[in-house]
Amino acid sequence: MARLFTPEHGLQVGYVQGGRSTAMRPVLLPANLVTAELRSRSPDQLASLTVELSTSRAPYYAEPLAAAAFEWVTLLTATVAPDDQPFPRLYAALAALLELVCVAPSARWWARAMVQYEALLLAELGFGLDLERCAVTGERKDLAYVSPRTGRAVSLHAAGVYAEKLLPLPAFLTSDAEPDWEQLLQGFALTGHFIERQFFAERRADPLAARVMMIDRLKRIAG
Amino acid sequence: MTFLLQAVILLPKAQAMASQEIEDLATALARLPGLGPRSARRAVLYLLKKRETAFTPLVDAMERVRANLSTCDLCGNVDTQSPCGICTDPRRDPRSLCVVEEVSDLWALDRSRLFVGRYHVLGGRLSALDGIGPEDLGVASLVARVAAGGIDEVVLAMNATLEGQTTAHYLAERLEGYPVRLTQLAQGLPMGGELDYLDEGTLAQALRARKPMV
Repeated sequence: MARLFTPEHGLQVGYVQGGRSTAMRPVLLPANLVTAELRSRSPDQLASLTVELSTSRAPYYAEPLAAAAFEWVTLLTATVAPDDQPFPRLYAALAALLELVCVAPSARWWARAMVQYEALLLAELGFGLDLERCAVTGERKDLAYVSPRTGRAVSLHAAGVYAEKLLPLPAFLTSDAEPDWEQLLQGFALTGHFIERQFFAERRADPLAARVMMIDRLKRIAG
Repeated sequence: MTFLLQAVILLPKAQAMASQEIEDLATALARLPGLGPRSARRAVLYLLKKRETAFTPLVDAMERVRANLSTCDLCGNVDTQSPCGICTDPRRDPRSLCVVEEVSDLWALDRSRLFVGRYHVLGGRLSALDGIGPEDLGVASLVARVAAGGIDEVVLAMNATLEGQTTAHYLAERLEGYPVRLTQLAQGLPMGGELDYLDEGTLAQALRARKPMV
C-alpha cells in the first residue's frame, strides 16, 4: 500500500503490485517524487498504482536534519490530510519544502519554510491562524502575540499583563523579515501548539515524536 | 416431455482428506512465512512419508529448541543459551560492536562471516507512525554496553530506509559523548547490479561513496 500526495487529487491510497520487491523498495520511500498511474473500477474500490521514480530523496536520509524533516512532514501530511480532496497550494508548498531541504546550505533556510508549511496546513484544513489584525484593538501594526485559544493575533500594546499567557508571534510569519533561530523556534512553538490541539488531541500523538526529534536537532545547531 | 439440459458434472461433496490432527498440522505450517495452504500440505505429506528420516528429527530438533530457547541478556540475539553463542565466542573481537534492527539482520550479517565482532539487537526501529520510541528498543542496554567500556568501534548497521536511518542518527547522537568510533554500512551498487536498472537514489549514494582505484 502506498500513500501519495498529488497536486490535483490530494491524498491517494493505492496498492502497488510488487511494492516490496527489490526494484520497487527504493522507489516507495517517503519524500520521493514519483509519477503514478492510479486505476480503479469504482471510487469505492482500492486503486491499483503503477509508480515510476522521478526524483529520489533517499540520498538525503544520510543527513540527520534532512531525515528528521522528511519524516515529520510526510507523516504529518499523510496523517491529517483527508483522502481524495485536492490541496494544490499545500502540494506546491510541500514540493518546494522538500526540495529546499535537499538543496539549502543549512537548516535555517528550510526551517522557515517548515513553519510556514505547518501554518498553511492548519489554514487549508480549516484551522488557520488569524494574523492579519489584533483581535483586541483591530490594529495591523505591532502584532507580537497569538492567543493560544483562538489563534488570533494580539498586538504588543493590547497584550499588556496577559503577554505571558500568549504565544509569541515571530515577525517572519507576518512579513518578509529574515528570522533568527530564536524566532524560528518561536514559530515552531506557535504552529506546534495548534497542530497538537487540532490534529492530535483526540488521537494517538505518536507522530509528534518525529516533530520533537526534528526540533531537538534544530535547537542543537541553533546553540 | 423431454428437456435438453446443459450441466456441469460436479465432484462428490468434499470431505476432509486427513484426520483433524493432520489438518491442524497443515494449518499450523501454513501460518509460517513463505508457506501457503498448498505448500503446507505438501510439507505435511513429505513429513508423513519420511517419518523416520525427516519427521522425527524435525520434531526432536524443534522440541530441543523450544525447551532451551532464550533471548541473550547481553545482545538480544535468540539462542538456546544466554549469553548467546556469539557473545561467549572467545574468537570474536569484543572491541567491535555491530548494532542491528532485528535478529534476522544479525543472522544475515553473520552468515557472511565478514564481521568478527559482537552484535547488539535493538528489536526494531524508531517509528513515530507506529508509536515505537527509544524506550521500546534496546537503546538503554546499548548505551550501557558502550558506557561500560572496552568497545572501540560501533557499527550502525541499520536498513537504508527513512526509519532505519532515523534510528541510526538517533543512536549516533546518544553515543556521541563516548570514546568510540561510530561507523555506518556503505550504501551504493549491489553486487551484480547494472547501472541501467538502478534507481537514482542508489546511484547518487554510489557516486558519493566512490573511492580511488589506485
